[in-house]
Amino acid sequence: MDGPLLKTEGLCKDFGPLRVLRGVDLALRQGQKMALVGPSGSGKTTLLRCINRLEVPSAGHIRLDGELIGEKLDNGRYVRMSERDLARQRMEMGFVFQNFYLWPHLTALENVALGPWRVRGLPREEAFHLARNVLDQVHMGHKAGEYPERLSGGQQQRVGIARALAQQPKLLLFDEPTSALDPELVGEVLNVIHELAQEGRSMVLVTHEIRFARDVADEIVFMDDGVIVEQGPPASVLDQPKHERTRRFLGQLRTG
Amino acid sequence: MEAKGGGGIDNIPYYLGILLQGAGITVTITLGALAIAVVLGLVLAAFKVSRIPFARGFVDIYVEIFRDIPPLTSLFIIYFGLTYIGIRLDPIPAAIVGLGLNGSAYCAEIFRSGFAALHHGQREAAAAIGMTPGMAMRHVVLPQALRITLPPLGNYGIGLLKDTAVASAVAAPEILYRARNLATETFETPLIYLLVAVLYFCLTFPLARLVDRLERKRRSWS
Amino acid sequence: MKALENLAAFFAVYGGKWESWSGEMWRALIVTLEITGGAFALGLVIGLIVAVGRLSTSRLLSNLSLAYVEITRGVPALAILFLIYFGLVPLGVIIDAVPAAIIGLGLSAGGYIAEIFRAGIEATHKGQREAGLAVGMTGGAIYRYVIIPQATRIALPPLLNTLISVLKDSSLASLISAPDIMLRAKDISSTEFLPLHILVLAGFMYFLLALPLSFAVRILEARMRRGLGARLT
Repeated sequence: MDGPLLKTEGLCKDFGPLRVLRGVDLALRQGQKMALVGPSGSGKTTLLRCINRLEVPSAGHIRLDGELIGEKLDNGRYVRMSERDLARQRMEMGFVFQNFYLWPHLTALENVALGPWRVRGLPREEAFHLARNVLDQVHMGHKAGEYPERLSGGQQQRVGIARALAQQPKLLLFDEPTSALDPELVGEVLNVIHELAQEGRSMVLVTHEIRFARDVADEIVFMDDGVIVEQGPPASVLDQPKHERTRRFLGQLRTG
Repeated sequence: MEAKGGGGIDNIPYYLGILLQGAGITVTITLGALAIAVVLGLVLAAFKVSRIPFARGFVDIYVEIFRDIPPLTSLFIIYFGLTYIGIRLDPIPAAIVGLGLNGSAYCAEIFRSGFAALHHGQREAAAAIGMTPGMAMRHVVLPQALRITLPPLGNYGIGLLKDTAVASAVAAPEILYRARNLATETFETPLIYLLVAVLYFCLTFPLARLVDRLERKRRSWS
Repeated sequence: MKALENLAAFFAVYGGKWESWSGEMWRALIVTLEITGGAFALGLVIGLIVAVGRLSTSRLLSNLSLAYVEITRGVPALAILFLIYFGLVPLGVIIDAVPAAIIGLGLSAGGYIAEIFRAGIEATHKGQREAGLAVGMTGGAIYRYVIIPQATRIALPPLLNTLISVLKDSSLASLISAPDIMLRAKDISSTEFLPLHILVLAGFMYFLLALPLSFAVRILEARMRRGLGARLT
């Protein structure tokens, strides 16, 4: 496959009078792991949510594997895609939420299997078999029958990751996956993400864990005030930032 | 709906006039039953929080019975059933008593949870500054309990107004009874019952909005 | 002492009347249950549709649903029953008592049930819907697998209370000649001279039917207070 896996062009997003994204151009290669960092309000979460169209951009376009996301070209005009087709596209992108958002009325196994079973339409046995494998992958196989309320935050988040993986997406999107966790639980989640990275998964990771970003990502993107200020390999952005704003941000995170 | 025959629509003012007379009785029954329900409910709630030995159990059973029995049944028992022991009531008093007894169970519950909501801490605070339990009840508990209980009481009142329709079964001349007679005389049944629905709606809707507003005010206090 | 004697005499009467009354009242009980069950089921269906309508993005649907709720909550069930049973006759629509009761009570209950469902649906957190979107569910699938299962859990106690209400309202069907408990009781009370006995029996029957439901509600409410599902923000 030639061409980037993910490409955004001139992405803008307004929330009423507030302009959160001011023209973002991004490209992610297959197998690349990109970390989005920046101060709060920089638009990094909004950018992530635009990619799988949980937010609809006010301007600009997104392509996954060359295919437009959320819209179609109809005689040269951009036309909104049907809910059905958009849902199908979302299956290609796994999204992991900061607050996990597991479905409380389902066990861990059911949470993970629901997508393959009812959305992809796999036969029940196959879907649950797949779910079990994925849960093992995130080291949560032993808790398959538990309900979310009996799981710790770190465990819930790992189930959340499994749920995203179960749909066999081309791209993984992580929205501050450890921000809602107690410090002791952060490690187990980061380990899982690290393992996924080593497998060669393509991912975009919004995080404030700079050290982790350095470990996992091969491309760091620093955003501020709705634009990309600087991007490049970790060594260059984190150790030798070219821009004043980047330096200021990193300076504030002395522990990073 | 097909065209109303002859002078159908023209008779609306006449029909409404009759129905409105019925509305007067409806309101009378509602207020009467409300009074009984509230007073009795307060007494029952007071018994529930008291330390008199069998009082609590008695109230529980009473409340459970009257919450599970249809208002129509209470009404029939009062109007027809009591004749067995020689008590004959007229339709309107029977309706007031029947619905009132029924409602006392709801009101007891409303007041009980109202009390419970501010019971402990407030009473202790009042005792701490030297009030007797009686004074505390009068100056602290009751005023606040009233504020908390007003919205659910309002909702109960609206339900009660609708329940008065059963009084038509014992020939109390309220809205539905008059409507039935009117319909039998004139055969304009669809129109008349439609008017009935509109009339009831006009009575309950403003009350419902009022209760909504009370609820919002109460929520802003807590 | 005299009071106790009177009470004993009172209950003694039931012993004598048991044979002649039990058959009729049993049949009447079946009718009451039919009406209650049918109306509640209808109310559930209507309530679900109207609740979804209330939450729809279409202004028209939302307002229509709101109107339905306000009207059915503002008009007495008995008036609706009369409208359906008597009021449609001149227009050529003649419905039997029991079906009319089911339709009328179902329409009436539907308004309350819609509000119960709406509250349950709105209580389901937005984040879970987004999680549904993220795995590729359409709005319909999200409703089916995420929102409705949870909304139902939350709605269960108030729904049971509504069932009790429908049971009590089924007594109104006697006023449109449906052969239910109250109609039989009234008949018997006018043909024999034991109005108090038969009417108290009728009341007792409703009490017996409603009591387990009432307990179930209390147990459910207590269980829910102890925590249902993760309270994820």
